Amino acid sequence: MERLAYDIVIVGGGAAGLRAAIAAAETSRSLRIAIVSKVYPMRSHTVSAEGGTAAVLRDYDSFDGHGFDTVKGSDFLADQDAVEFFVRRAPPEVIQMEHWGCPWSRDPDGRIAVRAFGGMTVKRTVFAADKVGFHMLHTLFQTSLKYENIERLDEWFVTQILAEGGKAVGVAALELRSGTLHAIAAKAVVIATGGAGRVYEFTTNGAIKTGDGMALALRAAAPLKDMEFLQFHPTCLPGTGILITEAARGEGGYLINNKGERFLKKYVPEKMELGPRDILSRSILQEIREGRGFQGPYGQYVGLDLRHLGEDVINKKLPMVRELAEEYAGVDPVHEPIPVRPGQHYIMGGVHTDVRGSTGVPGLFAAGEAACVSINGANRLGSNSLSECLVFGGEAGRSAAAYAISQPAVGSNPISGLVKAEEARIFDGLLKREGGENLAEVRSDMQHTMEENVGIYRNGDSLEKALAHVRELRRRYERVGVRDKDPFFNTELTTTLELDFMLDLAEAIANAALLRRESRGAHSRTDYPKRDDANFLHHSMAFRTATGLRFDKLPVKITKWQPAARVY
Amino acid sequence: MADRGTKMIKLRISRYRPERSGEPFDQEFTIPYRDDMVVLDALNYIKDHIDPTLTYRWSCRMGICGSCGANVDGTPKLTCALYLRDLKKRPVLIEPLANFAVLKDLVVDIEPFMEKLEAAKPYIIRKDERPIERGEYRQTPEELELYRQQSLCINCMLCYSACPVYGHDEKFLGPAASALALRYELDSRDQGSEERLAAVATEHGIWQCTFVGECSVVCPKHVDPAGAIQQLKALAATRLMKAMLLPLAPR
Repeated sequence: MERLAYDIVIVGGGAAGLRAAIAAAETSRSLRIAIVSKVYPMRSHTVSAEGGTAAVLRDYDSFDGHGFDTVKGSDFLADQDAVEFFVRRAPPEVIQMEHWGCPWSRDPDGRIAVRAFGGMTVKRTVFAADKVGFHMLHTLFQTSLKYENIERLDEWFVTQILAEGGKAVGVAALELRSGTLHAIAAKAVVIATGGAGRVYEFTTNGAIKTGDGMALALRAAAPLKDMEFLQFHPTCLPGTGILITEAARGEGGYLINNKGERFLKKYVPEKMELGPRDILSRSILQEIREGRGFQGPYGQYVGLDLRHLGEDVINKKLPMVRELAEEYAGVDPVHEPIPVRPGQHYIMGGVHTDVRGSTGVPGLFAAGEAACVSINGANRLGSNSLSECLVFGGEAGRSAAAYAISQPAVGSNPISGLVKAEEARIFDGLLKREGGENLAEVRSDMQHTMEENVGIYRNGDSLEKALAHVRELRRRYERVGVRDKDPFFNTELTTTLELDFMLDLAEAIANAALLRRESRGAHSRTDYPKRDDANFLHHSMAFRTATGLRFDKLPVKITKWQPAARVY
Repeated sequence: MADRGTKMIKLRISRYRPERSGEPFDQEFTIPYRDDMVVLDALNYIKDHIDPTLTYRWSCRMGICGSCGANVDGTPKLTCALYLRDLKKRPVLIEPLANFAVLKDLVVDIEPFMEKLEAAKPYIIRKDERPIERGEYRQTPEELELYRQQSLCINCMLCYSACPVYGHDEKFLGPAASALALRYELDSRDQGSEERLAAVATEHGIWQCTFVGECSVVCPKHVDPAGAIQQLKALAATRLMKAMLLPLAPR
């Protein structure tokens, strides 16, 4: 075991983590900052975001407009003070990205262009063709190389947040290419590890999105907030779950059933294809259930029809859609509709923070999809999440910097004792374990039960069943053996640790969903089909205790928009 | 595992287990085949059902994160974007990317690239920074088009694996890092040409390229690094000429 020390350790190298690192680096050049990531930063899943990032940039737009759309989209569960904070800070972040070289698409006069997006009443979504996350990630990563006080520990897997006296004081991390567990001392730790889509079977999320940071924070006494709210994106390729961006509809694409009808006229007549994601995903399921889906090798689907846009618009505005449809569905959208169905895409819940990124645990901050401020409430609007990474990544970076500056110097060797137990857990426990259970089987069981029982629609019975099953899987997990005994670049070991994290989150998700006996945003209880503001206009907070999860409530902050019926 | 009558496919995978031996060895696996399987699906099938010790990188499985490159039947490919049905040879041969040190099985050491990328100064350099309050730098769609192609590099390393120059000179700056240098050179917002060109037009820099062009052939995102290096050479030569002919002129 070796020991390293930094002022700030940022766990995760996606948009939120990189933005936090740069913000901290700019706060003071004397701060030493480390980005600790289980993958090279340019592999982070921000790379797969496609459609855009929302910000009020045009004269016809307003902060109140962006704010209200976001709050309505959230089914009034977003904290309105946080939303107001967010919408005001998004534009300078988008401009900052432009100054750093992000290749935003432009209008003919050279201004940053904007496009329409679901749930946004005006065009306010900034884009770089349909590779927005890719371009943002590479711009942030390449820009981060300029800062001498940002160091990177690439392919280091964080296994634990080290805490002492109720404060976060560093992390334990497995360096893949040496197979060594390190204690990394830090005055402040920022969690920016993204979402947890891999808890589900059918997801747009990459393999790395296993919710590590949420589970790490939960184990370090930080509560998770609103975990019952999962976003199911309406348009994913059947079989793989590969995302076909909402920008395809923002640019004018249609959703059609097997009769060739734009069926959304029955569900969201005012918004049609630009309705919010929760409602569109339910509409697609309904259409399929009523027998108007297409039949394919991976179940039923509907069509995303771009043919009327023409080859030129598709090539200029949606090149990745064409690339993905051709490569992974064998369909050229210029000539044929793309087969699509809803799939897990995003988690609105996450590590509870305030607008400054503080988790409540001294020294521990969080931002991005891993965090829950909450601006997304019960349903996130498309293109708010990349802006969220920029705004709250920056805030968390500055907060961590201010906190680190206020703390005394890290002592000579205060934390090496803390990782002794962690070393024993991993190298003597996990790595030597010869169990009868298979890692991949336990994982796919978890994914299947979450998909079946905690999906777009859920009810008390399905949630009870999921919860009991996940707890059983936790027992089976204890018997999962690791066959690769060499600690060096051991991806069997890290995927086992990821499953450990995901089982914690699956339980929190199912349990929170069971306790919320109403339907709101993306949380649709067939046994409680109505929103119930009298009893459930609150966030759910999950705490880890010695005897299991404990749940509590937190009031929603309402500033200027009173909860009203959500009609589109 | 597989029903009788299930189509099967045989793969030969190059393994390297430093804890066991200093030499790589081949191992064959026969797995159930589906027509819509990509090479990465086959690797995942083996890891999940046959041999969990098989080691490789992957994440997005949609051709954008750049993690999953390997040499398949001798050609560098993204394993998530290569269908088994398109491969004619049996068994399918899967090896780590060439020209990099192998760490374990299909995992190669890309640290040398990370150093080259940083050396190419892949970021906007400004002499004067406009305050954020004054808004964006205007850039027309035509100006954006000038560098758009080079901005599409996903750092997947296929080009380095295909590059014969990099194969015998590990210090060579190489295709992707050069393409990214050009991407910023051609960006109307950038003012750092002098220092960036100085950084890439070095002994092991762009002049080493003999324009074999294999990098552009294997690039999954059509970045054309070979063309980018030729453009950089022209820019560097022009700058050099100007410096010699007009030593006192502003550059």
